[in-house]
Amino acid sequence: MSLEQFKNRNVGTQNYTMLDLGERPKTGWDRFKQVARRSVKLELFTGLKVTFREMIKALFMGEMHTIKYPFEKLPISPRYRAIHEMKRLLESGHYRCIGCGLCEKICIADCIRMDTRYDENQRKEVSEYTINFGRCIFCGYCAEVCPELAIVHGGRYENASEQRASFALFEDMLTPLDQLNQQQEFPGFGAVSPDADKKIKKTPLAY
Amino acid sequence: MSKKEITITIDGVECRTWEGEYLLNAARANGIFIPAICYLTRCSPTLACRICLVEADGKRVYSCNAKAKEGMNVVTQSEEILEERRAIMEVYDVNHPLQCGVCDQHGECELQNYTLELGVDSQHFAVPDTMREVKEWSTVLHYDAGLCIVCERCVTVCKDMIGDSALKTGPRGGPAVDKAYKETAPKDAYAMWNKLQKSIIVPSNGTEHTNCSDCGECTAVCPVGALTERDFVYKANPWELKEIPATCAHCSSGCHLYYETRFTSIDNHDEMIFRVKNEWNFQSLCGAGRFGYDYENRDVTKDEKAFAKAVEALKKAKTVRFSSMITNEEALMLQRLKEERGVRLVNPEVRPFQRFLAAYAKAAGRSLYGSDYKAIMQESDFVVSVGAALRNDNPNARYAFNNVQKMNKGAGLYFHPVGDTLVPTFGKSVECIAHKPGQEETALYLVLDLFADRENLPEYIKTYLDGFHETRKRTIKERVMKEVVEKVLDKESGEENEVKKKVPEMVEKEVEYDHNLLVEALGGDPVAFADSFEKMMKKKSSFALIVGEDLYGHPRWENLAKLVALAEKHCGMKLAMIPPKSNALGVALICDLDDSAEGYTVGYNQPGDFRLSALGEGDLDMPAMNQQEGTMSTMNKRVVPTNAALEYGGYELNDLMNALGLGKRLSVDWTAELPVDKGFQAVEFDDLSDGFLNDGTEVRGYALTAFKSRPSAAKVAAASEEAVLEGEIAYRCNPQRQFNDFTDKAHQIFEAFALYASPEKAEALGERVEVVFEKGSLLLDVVADERMQGEIVEIPDFKADRDVYGLFGESRYANVTIKKV
Repeated sequence: MSLEQFKNRNVGTQNYTMLDLGERPKTGWDRFKQVARRSVKLELFTGLKVTFREMIKALFMGEMHTIKYPFEKLPISPRYRAIHEMKRLLESGHYRCIGCGLCEKICIADCIRMDTRYDENQRKEVSEYTINFGRCIFCGYCAEVCPELAIVHGGRYENASEQRASFALFEDMLTPLDQLNQQQEFPGFGAVSPDADKKIKKTPLAY
Repeated sequence: MSKKEITITIDGVECRTWEGEYLLNAARANGIFIPAICYLTRCSPTLACRICLVEADGKRVYSCNAKAKEGMNVVTQSEEILEERRAIMEVYDVNHPLQCGVCDQHGECELQNYTLELGVDSQHFAVPDTMREVKEWSTVLHYDAGLCIVCERCVTVCKDMIGDSALKTGPRGGPAVDKAYKETAPKDAYAMWNKLQKSIIVPSNGTEHTNCSDCGECTAVCPVGALTERDFVYKANPWELKEIPATCAHCSSGCHLYYETRFTSIDNHDEMIFRVKNEWNFQSLCGAGRFGYDYENRDVTKDEKAFAKAVEALKKAKTVRFSSMITNEEALMLQRLKEERGVRLVNPEVRPFQRFLAAYAKAAGRSLYGSDYKAIMQESDFVVSVGAALRNDNPNARYAFNNVQKMNKGAGLYFHPVGDTLVPTFGKSVECIAHKPGQEETALYLVLDLFADRENLPEYIKTYLDGFHETRKRTIKERVMKEVVEKVLDKESGEENEVKKKVPEMVEKEVEYDHNLLVEALGGDPVAFADSFEKMMKKKSSFALIVGEDLYGHPRWENLAKLVALAEKHCGMKLAMIPPKSNALGVALICDLDDSAEGYTVGYNQPGDFRLSALGEGDLDMPAMNQQEGTMSTMNKRVVPTNAALEYGGYELNDLMNALGLGKRLSVDWTAELPVDKGFQAVEFDDLSDGFLNDGTEVRGYALTAFKSRPSAAKVAAASEEAVLEGEIAYRCNPQRQFNDFTDKAHQIFEAFALYASPEKAEALGERVEVVFEKGSLLLDVVADERMQGEIVEIPDFKADRDVYGLFGESRYANVTIKKV
C-alpha cells in the first residue's frame, strides 16, 4: 500500500463494492405499493417453511442442534486447561500427591500452597493443599511438572461460584472415592508418552 | 607449628599453599574444584568415598589426605579418574531410593549433585537391598538408614569436632557384593562398595539412642537426607526456604548461621523460621544455636500507652539493669543514656568479666586477650583450660579443646572442680585435675611452673615456684635381670651340668624424685602426674590457655588477672578468654557498668520495676535478637553483623531513645558510632561484610583492635587459700543447650531449670530439694547428669526472674545447705 493511500482518510470511498439494491421507494405511495406487493407474493411463508421444517426435525426426528446448557454440557478438548483435579491411585484410593512441592515452586502466579507433615506411617502426608483461583492463570505448569500426574487440569470451566474458596481445597479437587472407577487418566501435558517404555534404559536389579 | 609457604601446580595453575596442607584444601582455597563427599575441612580425612582421587606427580592419591610438597604437579581430571569417579557415584546410587520428591535434602543433596556432575546416566551394578529401619536417635535426631550412603561425615564430625563421639559404623547385615564385580568394576569403586555394603551408622553406646549433647552438627554435615532434625522432617522443602545470614545470639561464640524462613502455613502467611543452617566446613554450631531459634517476640503491635509509660519510666529511672543478650548498638544506646541522664547500668553477668578484662589489660599491657579459638584450633597442640566448665560454658571453647586433641595430636590439661567424664574422652593425653573451688590461683601457678621459661621469670616468682619443689625419696619396684645358676641333668650322658640363666625379678629400690607440692595441693598425685605430663609434652610446640568465668567472679580476681597475663607472657601461650554470656565482650567494652542497682530500676530482659522484655511478658515489648539487625562482639574478638529474620511490629530501644531526644533514625545508625578508642571501627552497618571465603577465612565484620600500653609492674601475690570452699557446694552452671530465657522459650530445647548432680549424688538427694543460700533459697527438682562426677551440684542461671546471680553473688561457687523436700 502506498503512502498516499494511507493519507486518504475519506473513509467510505476507498475500495468498497456498492451493491445494486435498485431504487428505494421515495414517496409514501411508492412505499405502500412495495408493502402490498410483498404481502401478496407470500414471501414470508417461504422463510417460515424453513423454520417449521427444522422444528419438526428437532422435536420429532431427534435432530436437536442446541443443548440445554446448565443441565447439559458439550464435551471439551483434553488440552483445555480448566479447574484442577487431584487424582487418586486406582489400586488403593490414596491420593497420588507426594507433597514434593514442585507445583508450588513452578507456579508463576504463586497461587499454590501446601502443608505437609511426617505422619505415623513414616510418610510425607499432605495435610492441606490450596490453589488460589483468583490468581491462577491456568498456565498448566503445575500439571506438567507433577512427577506423579497427581495434579491435572480437568474440564470444569465454570469459575463462578458464591465463594472462590469452594473449589480451592484439597478435598474439593480430589476425585471422590465413590467415583474412583470413573477416574480418567490425564492425556495432556506431562502425561507419559506412549513410547516411554522404549526410551527407558533398565537398571539392573539383583532380586 | 610454623608454616612454610610453597607453590604447587594444580591442572596447570600455579597455587600458593602451605607445606603439609592437604591437596584438596589447597585446591579449594585456590578455587579449583575437586569432588569430595566424605571430607570435612576441619576434621581428619575419613577416606570413605574415594571420589577425591587425583594424580599427583603421576601417582594416584586421594587429595583429602595427600599432603602438598614444593613443586608438586597435580592433575584433577583424566580419563581414568573420571571413569573411577563415575563408577563410585554409580555405586552410591545402587538401591538409593528414588523418591527425591519427598526427601528433605531434595535440591541441596550432594548425591544428586555429584550424580549429575559426573554424568551418571546408567547403572552397571546391583546388589539385593537390605531392610534398613528409620530410627529416632534422640529428641532431635532422625536417621533414615535407607537414604544413608555411609560417608561417615557424621561420625567424623562428632568425634573430631564436637567431641561426643556418639556415632560409629555398625554392621548392616544383608548380602555381600558379588565377587564377579571385581573383574568389571574399577578398583576404588569396588573397594569402596565392599566397605559401604557392610556398614551402617549406629549410636556408639550400643543402644538405639545417642547419648550426646544434641548439637545436631551430624544433621548439618549429612550430604543426603539420611540425618535430619526431627522437627523438620517433611515439614517444608529446602528450596522454598529463604536463607537469612545472622549471628547466633545465645552465647559469646557468636557463631555464623542462616535462619531459614518461609510462610508458616496455608492459614498463617507470617514468616516463620523452619530451621537453622550453618557453614559446617568452617563453623560448628551447638544445640542451642541449631535448635533454639524460635524465640521471637510474636504478634507485637505498637502499644502507644505502654510506650508512653516506658518513656516515663526511663525518665525517672535511676538504674537500667540489662542482660548481655543485646547488640553492640543497644549497649551503646544504654551507655549514651548513662552519659546523658546519669542512670546506673547494671549487668551482673558482665560486670566481673569487665573488671577482670581491665585488670588483665593493665597487667599485660594489651586491651584484649592475645589469641582466639580459631587460632588455637589451627595451631596449638597443647591446651590448658582453667576455670571453665568446658562441656557447659561455651561450645566453641570445648570444640577447640577437642579439635586440638584429635587434629593436632595434642594434649590437654583441664583444671576444674566439677568432675567431668566427657573431657577425658577427648584424647589420650588429656589430664583432668579436679581441685577444690577457689584454688584457681594454685592452678595458674602450676601452669607457670610447668610451662614458663624459668630464665625470664621475675626472680620473686622463681623463688616462689621453687618453694613448691621438694626432692623426696620413694621406693619403686624395678624389674632386674638376675643371673641364676641351675643344675640341669643331661639325659644322654647322665651328667649334671651347670647352666647360667637370666631370670627377671622385682626389686624394691629407693629413688629420688621431684615432688611437686602444687600438684599435691590441687588434689593430684605428683608422681603419676609427672609421669603423664612427661608423655604429654612429647613433640609439643604450641601452647594455649583458655580461661573461663570461674576466674572473673573469684574473690581474688585481680591477682588471677595478673597471673593470666604472666602466664601468657612467660609461657608463650595463646590466651583466649570465655566471655560469660552472649555479647559480654561488647557490653564490657562499650558500657561503664556499675556494681549495684539503686532506686527505680528499668529492667531490659531482666527483673525491674518497669520491664522492657523481648519475651513478651514485660511492660513494653522489645524485639528478640532474631528480629533485630545490629552487630555483636564474639569471643574471637570480632564485631559481626546479624540480620533480622522475622518481622517485628512493635517499638525498639531506638524509639525510646528518640522519645528521650537521644535517638537516631535507625538502630543500625549507631554502628558507626561504636567507640573507636575501645577497639571498634567507625564503619556503617551496611558496609560490613559477612560469610567465609573458600579457604575458610572469616570475613564477617571486622576484628576488634587491641591497644598496647605499658604493662604495669605490680607484683603478683602468692596463692591464697582464703577463697577455698569446703562442704556442700553449688556451682552456677547451665545445662548444655541452655543459656538464657530465650533458649528456654525455644520448643526444641528441653533441659529443665533444675539442680544437676552426678548420678550418685542425685540418688542421695532424692527427687526434689530446697537449696538454701545465704540470701535466700530455691526449690528445685534434681536431675542426674551422667557426665558429672563428684559432690558439687550445678544450679542453672538461665531464668532471669529466679535471680540466681543475686543468690550466688559474684562467685560461681557458693556454700549451700540442701534439704530434701
